[in-house]
Amino acid sequence: MMDFIQNFPFFSIVMSLFFAVLSSVLKPKFGEWLAVFSIALSTFFSLSVLFYTLTTGESFTYMMGHFPAPWGNEIRGGVLEGLAATVFDFVLLFSFLGGRSRRKEDIPEEKTKYYFVMINLIQAALLALVYTNDLFTGYVFIEICTLASCGLLMIRNVGRTTLATIRYLIFNLLGSGLFLIGISLLYDITGHLLMENIKTEVASIVSGGQYLQPLLVTVSLILIGLAIKSGLFPFHFWMPDTYGYATTSSAAILSGLVSKAYIFLGIKVIFRVIGFDVVASTHILNVLFIFGLAGIIVGSLSAIRENNINRMIAFSSAAQIGYIFVGIGTGTMAGMVAAIFQIFVHAVTKPMLFISASRLVDVSGGKKQFSYLQGSAHRNRLAGFAFTVGAMSMVGIPLFGGFAAKVAFATAAVGDSKRMIPTILVLAISTVLNTIYFLRTVMRIYMPAETAGNPVARSGNRWPFIFAVTGFAAVNILLGVCPGPVLDLIEKGLSMFG
Amino acid sequence: MLNNLAVNYEEAVAMILFGIGFCTLLFHRNLVKKIIGLNIMDTAVYLFLASMGYIEGRRSPIADPSVPASVSAFINPIPSGLVLTGIVVSVSVTAIMLALTIKLYKRYHTLNLDEIYMFAKNEDIG
Repeated sequence: MMDFIQNFPFFSIVMSLFFAVLSSVLKPKFGEWLAVFSIALSTFFSLSVLFYTLTTGESFTYMMGHFPAPWGNEIRGGVLEGLAATVFDFVLLFSFLGGRSRRKEDIPEEKTKYYFVMINLIQAALLALVYTNDLFTGYVFIEICTLASCGLLMIRNVGRTTLATIRYLIFNLLGSGLFLIGISLLYDITGHLLMENIKTEVASIVSGGQYLQPLLVTVSLILIGLAIKSGLFPFHFWMPDTYGYATTSSAAILSGLVSKAYIFLGIKVIFRVIGFDVVASTHILNVLFIFGLAGIIVGSLSAIRENNINRMIAFSSAAQIGYIFVGIGTGTMAGMVAAIFQIFVHAVTKPMLFISASRLVDVSGGKKQFSYLQGSAHRNRLAGFAFTVGAMSMVGIPLFGGFAAKVAFATAAVGDSKRMIPTILVLAISTVLNTIYFLRTVMRIYMPAETAGNPVARSGNRWPFIFAVTGFAAVNILLGVCPGPVLDLIEKGLSMFG
Repeated sequence: MLNNLAVNYEEAVAMILFGIGFCTLLFHRNLVKKIIGLNIMDTAVYLFLASMGYIEGRRSPIADPSVPASVSAFINPIPSGLVLTGIVVSVSVTAIMLALTIKLYKRYHTLNLDEIYMFAKNEDIG
């Protein structure tokens, strides 16, 4: 009976693909509920996979179609896949609900139902990227993810979002082009597309000493392609426009989930396709490390100069992606655990910031500049509170998720003589920079806006928003107060990868 | 080194084409030429895959029921399958790019990305 759970990853992917087709012919009202239902059910599925793999203590592969291992296509479930899918589903659900009020204003009415189609598609793509055990399937779902993200962006029909979409698409296509040529080369030198089989072949290539250079080129192409897609410095220039002008749910999903799914696939490639030791012995991780450090500084400096709240949060995403790559770039197990933990923390923090910022903007006459936002937290208390929680987590105040992630990074860097000093230095600088721009914003929104005899007009919140931000804030604080269990799960999952 | 290039000239050409396409997609300011670059880049990958899967003197992998099938008679079918999948992907991506380009052209009357950016920057949409 328990083994039935092995079907769940497949069910959740196919269910969301099916619902995508279905909601294109349904009325928007039903399409919306269908999307919520689909994400909620798939959260349950992902949780079941997590508990199942924890109980059995081992991962499972699931055969797609009628052909066994070296020929057929496979899905794989393990502790880390279950955990990542659960977090992604949770964040997707709350980002979708939290941006509900903005959707009515940003999306033309006749196109609303297509938004739900895109939500279902992106859910399928995210889950497939998490669960896939086949590199070419990974490529196909990368492209589905890219196209669905473009749909989520351009549905707000103004010039700037169209322009942002095309720039986002161009950078993503560069990244997926590199990924595609990378896996073609890898197929060429190993003759396989399934992750386990490639890993066996790679091990024999490395011990034989032949084709080492093509292997290095392949690893670099795949990892750099995924890094471009996730917006690592210097390829982060599309971020402010993309996240800054999209409708709230889209900005939250794109910054919180889509870029993380590519990094998750990259980590899967490092562990399950090439092998962690092989990747760590090349210098490609050093390149990611250095660009990660540069991304942290450049992203934060650009955020300080921004005068538009959404663009500021977007630039801070560039810095946070930098953290993840610094973690990967340390080339140690502890660094990888820290990077994955940062993926989760950022996935629950950034959407909360976008959602609460959009409500603050709503009560400030729709203007995103800081001068208009003054005192907005008094006009919408819950949004102000949620923004503060997110900002505290970004800065790294103890008891919030961001603090636990920073501690994990610092611990991972200690003991590595070459990387310790730059990592800790950049962590310190970035904390100062984050403090400048996030706490400046928090102070601004809490400034008294009330003038004598002219009380502030309070604005109420609908239940989806309340539900979403309390959920996000609770998880954020939970991750900050007791990160231990999650870190243990990540470690367990990574050892299953190996 | 040169000898290797001469033997694998199809792959070498594919890599050069990939580079040309990649640079066009990255650096060219004209949107239509960017799309052309994208297609050159993708086609280069298909050329690479197809030439890798081809084995001199063998037939396409379609089994004839009257003749007993033998692995040694056919070329590797998987790269061809990957090329077909890749073509489907690149067609849909090109369609979206073209649609966006038309939309931008109707609005700003230019295909130059820098100029579009300049115009769009001055719009205040909040």
